[in-house]
Amino acid sequence: MFPKGTKRKFADGEEAAPSEAPGPTAARALSSAYSLQRQSLLDMSLIKLQLCHMLVEPNLCRSVLIANTVRQIQEEMTQDGTWQIMTQALSQCPSDRLVASEVLCRQDPASQSPKPVPAALEQTLQEESYQEEVVMEEDSHAAPSPQLSGAPYLGPFSSSWDEEEEAEDEEEDSEESVSEPEEESRTEQVFGTFEIKQPPADPALEELFSDVDPSYYDLDTVLMQSPKMGPYDLLESLSHSPALSSTASCRSDLNELDHIMEIIVGS
Amino acid sequence: MRCFSADIISTVEFNSSGELLATGDKGGRVVVFQREQESKSQPQRRGEYNVYSTFQKIEEKINKIKWLPQQNAAYFLLSTNDKTVKLWKISERDKRPEGYNLKDEDGRIRDPSTITSLRVPVLQPMDLMVEATARRVFSNAHTYHINSISVNSDLQTFISTDDLRVNLWNLEITDRSFNIVDIKPANMEELTEVITSAEFHPQQCHTFAYSSSKGSIRLCDMRQAALCDKHCKYFEEPEDPSTRSFFSEIISSISDVKFSHNGRYLMTRDYLTVKVWDLQMENKPLETYQVHDYLRGKLCSLYENDCIFDKFECVWNGSDSVIMTGSYNNFFRMFDRNTKRDVTLEASRENSKPRAILKPRKVCVGGKRRKDEISVDSLDFSKKILHTTWHPHENIIAVAATNNLYIFQDKVVGLFIWNSRWGRVKSSKLQRTWNDLVQNCYLVIIY
Repeated sequence: MFPKGTKRKFADGEEAAPSEAPGPTAARALSSAYSLQRQSLLDMSLIKLQLCHMLVEPNLCRSVLIANTVRQIQEEMTQDGTWQIMTQALSQCPSDRLVASEVLCRQDPASQSPKPVPAALEQTLQEESYQEEVVMEEDSHAAPSPQLSGAPYLGPFSSSWDEEEEAEDEEEDSEESVSEPEEESRTEQVFGTFEIKQPPADPALEELFSDVDPSYYDLDTVLMQSPKMGPYDLLESLSHSPALSSTASCRSDLNELDHIMEIIVGS
Repeated sequence: MRCFSADIISTVEFNSSGELLATGDKGGRVVVFQREQESKSQPQRRGEYNVYSTFQKIEEKINKIKWLPQQNAAYFLLSTNDKTVKLWKISERDKRPEGYNLKDEDGRIRDPSTITSLRVPVLQPMDLMVEATARRVFSNAHTYHINSISVNSDLQTFISTDDLRVNLWNLEITDRSFNIVDIKPANMEELTEVITSAEFHPQQCHTFAYSSSKGSIRLCDMRQAALCDKHCKYFEEPEDPSTRSFFSEIISSISDVKFSHNGRYLMTRDYLTVKVWDLQMENKPLETYQVHDYLRGKLCSLYENDCIFDKFECVWNGSDSVIMTGSYNNFFRMFDRNTKRDVTLEASRENSKPRAILKPRKVCVGGKRRKDEISVDSLDFSKKILHTTWHPHENIIAVAATNNLYIFQDKVVGLFIWNSRWGRVKSSKLQRTWNDLVQNCYLVIIY
């Protein structure tokens, strides 16, 4: 924890204005650029957590670090009072918009019925498309070999936020507040998937995304690709993916067994 | 120039004499190189490494390889993938027995009634064959992915480490291991820290260290308790509040921990720095070296493309005076602990011809870029050097760049010693000459 009154620097060179003493008034006094950046980092982290099981090599260390980052942001937002504000705004929103938690709770797409999830994911994508589209277009250029753009990452992002802010605030908030009470069970379920498991079957995921409007293709591509397709993972997936999809279901059965054995043995 | 593998190299390791170099890749293959013996007729070929043996594991990618010190004519190494550790014996065969009584040359059993006389089988020479056989399989002890293995100085035991546990094995016993560290919480949702690496002390067989994702190192003594959750020393540097960001914890996560050869120091690698710790001083490192501090302003982008989670290794030279680690754009960095000088070198085919001198590289941070400099935004983050190893006695290093292995060494050409930087100079007059021309000379042998 950092001492009160110290603002974290946003690492991409966009530093926040120094803050006053935290409290309900501080929420309003917070630099809006900083809070937007923090929000986008939170969104990005939640997406990464959601897609952890889609990685070619599941990585518990990475997930723990991302989850800790989410917690830190949440703690700071609670301290600043912005978290409470969002929670209040949330109570008026219908629960069918709270899709992030549902996706996060999804453990193994192969084992669950795919039917409600595509609709939920489509909704997530629709809600996030306004915010993410500009950023993702940049990313799709970068996906084959990740090079850093000259401009700070959040530059174009925050300008699109300015246009859409009022429309998006509500949806954004609704995702946020539910994540708090459900976060713990979600985290457990995410970490619970890290005992030796193989990536889930690709055909199931492709089925999930098949309902999505093709105008969001760029977003899809990057969501599918960016955690999974590292720079040379592209080569790997070309040579390995046929084998992966055919054996993935057998592997997931075996790993379920390992998981059960571990519980029985109690190690 | 040969490129021997299409798979990404995942580990490189010299054996304790430096005669052999092992590499493992993501396809599960191990390739062992052997150094050519000196020959009077071709003195310039002294010390080149050639392929000695190749063997394929059936399972997935090789995470780590560790050699056992040589005790007889055969070589032994431990390899590990995510779940299982295997002990391999690599031996040479240059003779085979011929003249069995009960079976013929093809191996078919002969009918005893056709045997009319007995003979003694003799050993006949054959072409040298190098065989690798799996002698032990240590399995079913890890629920999470193994990230490191380390052989004890007692040469009887070793440890294997996953994200949450460290297990101690006896090399002779495969069906039993002792769990000596367990940081798994009763409730997985309370998990905030994982083990990232562990290593035995090079001389004290009861001491080992393990590093965590929160930037701390614990030094444990196995004599104190069966379960070494109570560490005997705890190394952590307090955070600098002026540089605090949401990425502080991630970049403090230690990706590699290595004891010095003399056993007095520990080296750790986190995302931006390499630190040398004195085992007697727990509250802060003895030395901190910036590997690529120009990335500090790019952490958000590196978080987005996952590069911030890259796990770089670090390595000591034989005398513990120089440390080395990799970076992006196929750069690797060396730091001389005595002179405090450092250099950035690049492992790439385009910039290196066989027997050429490596030029130091420089990254331009801002403002005007000089002619040979490369700007931060032009760095290729897909080209990362994660795995390196240093010969135990000589200035020979092996560097894995994606699916290529580079071996660099200094070279004596006539009376000239081509490494004025590291101070192995025969003649002071020559040193002055070479110092004027180049900062740092290495010959490149590309495989």
